[in-house]
Amino acid sequence: MPGRILKMHNCQARLLADIPEMSFTEFRDMSINQIQKGARVVSFFGCLDENKSIRLMMILAYDKQGYLTAFSTIVKDAYDSLTLQIPQVNRFEREIFEQWGVCPKGHPWLKPIRPQQTLNNNLDNFPGKENIPLVSDFFKIKGEEIHEVAVGPVHAGIIEPGHFRFQCHGEEVFHLEISLGYQHRGIEKALINGPDKRTIHYMETAAGDTTIGHALAYCQAIEGLADCAVPLRASALRAVMLELERLANHTGDLGALANDVGYLPTAAYCGRLRGDFLNLTAFICGNRFGRNMLRPGGVRFDLTDSMINEAKQRLIKTFEDVSNAVSLLWDSSLVADRFDDTGSLSQKTALDLGLVGISARACGIEQDIRFDFPTGIFKFSQIPISTHSSGDVFARAFVRWLEIQRSVKFILDQLNKLPEGEIMAAVPLLKPKNIAVSLVEGWRGEICHVVITDINGNIRQYKIVDPSFHNWLGLAIALRGEEISDFPICNKSFSLSYCGHDL
Amino acid sequence: MYLKIAQFILILILSPFLFGVINRTKAFFAGRKGSPLLQLYYDIFKLLRKGAVYSTTTSKFFIAGPIVSLSAVLTALLLIPFAGQPALISFDGDIVLFIYLLGLARFFTVLAALDTGSSFEGMGASREVQFAMFVEPALFLSLAVLTRITGQSSLSGIFSNARMSSWVTYDPLIILVLGALFIVFLAENSRIPVDDPNTHLELTMIHEVMVLDHGGVDFAYIMYSAGIKFWLFGTLLVGIFLKGYSCGQVTASVVFILGMILLAVIVGIVESTLARLRLLKVPHFLIVALALAIVALIISMR
Repeated sequence: MPGRILKMHNCQARLLADIPEMSFTEFRDMSINQIQKGARVVSFFGCLDENKSIRLMMILAYDKQGYLTAFSTIVKDAYDSLTLQIPQVNRFEREIFEQWGVCPKGHPWLKPIRPQQTLNNNLDNFPGKENIPLVSDFFKIKGEEIHEVAVGPVHAGIIEPGHFRFQCHGEEVFHLEISLGYQHRGIEKALINGPDKRTIHYMETAAGDTTIGHALAYCQAIEGLADCAVPLRASALRAVMLELERLANHTGDLGALANDVGYLPTAAYCGRLRGDFLNLTAFICGNRFGRNMLRPGGVRFDLTDSMINEAKQRLIKTFEDVSNAVSLLWDSSLVADRFDDTGSLSQKTALDLGLVGISARACGIEQDIRFDFPTGIFKFSQIPISTHSSGDVFARAFVRWLEIQRSVKFILDQLNKLPEGEIMAAVPLLKPKNIAVSLVEGWRGEICHVVITDINGNIRQYKIVDPSFHNWLGLAIALRGEEISDFPICNKSFSLSYCGHDL
Repeated sequence: MYLKIAQFILILILSPFLFGVINRTKAFFAGRKGSPLLQLYYDIFKLLRKGAVYSTTTSKFFIAGPIVSLSAVLTALLLIPFAGQPALISFDGDIVLFIYLLGLARFFTVLAALDTGSSFEGMGASREVQFAMFVEPALFLSLAVLTRITGQSSLSGIFSNARMSSWVTYDPLIILVLGALFIVFLAENSRIPVDDPNTHLELTMIHEVMVLDHGGVDFAYIMYSAGIKFWLFGTLLVGIFLKGYSCGQVTASVVFILGMILLAVIVGIVESTLARLRLLKVPHFLIVALALAIVALIISMR
């Protein structure tokens, strides 16, 4: 069986026919076996075969070895759920259930995760159709002293809609269930038969705060499928943009964490400094979130020498201010008391749930796409992985601070030795009947785009996995046994996307 | 008598101003310009012009909450001396009435919160009452110490008594009582590190969450009550602190008002430099106040 594993690299196009197809038992054994060997589920989804049968596609990543693997099985209307053996496929199985009407038998908590139209046009009445959020039941704990708290989907602050259902005993949370799907726009469906003019805009708005991350994942997938070599200068500029996005969001999150514990100085200054990083992004491409910067083949805006100098100066200045504001946060004993041992996750839980990004690294898991699966300029300039081992709110905050420092250094390095040359290459037609898996380390964590082309080289299926999709369950588990009043800082320390999850 | 009425009206007008001072201080520390000093007045007038929306699940208690609370704190204000001058109403043992009036205000706020049936408000009410268990004894004992020192059992008596000014004799006692009262002051006025008046997070609020469902005129009453309450507790602190001065009535009044403004600045500084305590640790902080008051009482009884 090991001979049947197909090794793939990040953004490498492979013939769809090369992906091993196995019986369900084999598929199941293979998945469990590989997960035990240290693989991680990057994506697990259903797609329609040419003969209209539904194929489940499993994509695994081996972080230490730096390669991916894919294998598949054909299913009819039901199969035995993998969730009990592999907890990290929990949400993927629910998604398959609602997208394709294929039921994972024995799934411990089978309910839809978003209200959506089925992707399977052959299916008139699929099981999850009438299940819209808030209608289906929540997990309940019975008992006279248990009280239930429902928060959202309309919140007091300006945040995205999501519903949180707490089962509490006094101030202690026994269980939290998170119900999302309010922002479902049908992006994956809209991308079919592309790429067209709208495709890049869907990508840039898949999760608004991760514009560069998702756009980059898309571009790399398309370039892989088209065998297009991106000019080195464009690669470097893309990485600079990606790191600027990380800086802005990490700074904003540290400020928001300070705000949630009522620590005014850091909160006030980080809010402004996030704006400075966004303005720096706008200085390069004209948009604070980096929209319209990335296109398949390269980038649309170049930097002149004087712009490079100004960008460097602004970056250094802003970084100094961020250092000052953030150091206040670490110096305050009251803040330390709030952050330490709040919302802790063990490394084992994090691995079981398949957490990615900051949340995983804060549990001491060395996992970073920029390092493990480097693409573009990251192949030449590496960023060390920032980890911390305590798995609590402090760890997640501190990993952000470590990443801020390393990203600033990286950007300065890139700007100092920006390669000369073109910034855009022509993109040939996509290879027909191919598949490419594109991974990018967005600021939140691993962004995965899987693109499958049809016989004409158009997109037959597009699968997006935002890091939030992996991590929301991590937040729910981290909150068990915590005080309900600590939910806001736990939530902020994960800082997950609603729209990235809902797509 | 007319002077006392004039003083009372002056307090009614002045008390919301102190919130403006706090906000400006916090804005200064945050590097912001801050809202206008008179913002709370604008807010109150805006709310007074609005109608209120009542949930069908609420009863008369919900409407009574803000009204009774405001009446209670206003009545308590009648007992509070101004700049060493006796209050409008004063009799032996009025400190007990004072504390019970504040208790009544809290009781009705909590009732109104529970009346909504919202789980948030229930949590807020539970937290409020839990913390009151520590704050009220601390306040009671602090006032008892002051009674011991002065031999007076009315608020006006305590604060116009000459013995209060002998800092030399009662120095340690007065410092202990000031400490206890300052913690009580922060807790009763829902300030950091006990509560965060500016947070938007329902799950962490204490006082704010109890009044989430009130709107319009009712909410104006609540905001105004908060202003009066700030003045009530502020007077206790500033009154003790400034007792050392003996000067003319006008000067004393000016110094007293400046003292209140200084107190607001101090609150602003506290809020700008401290973070909020973990909710389960708030009682530890409140017990400090209780401990200080008990120690002071023991010393005063030797």
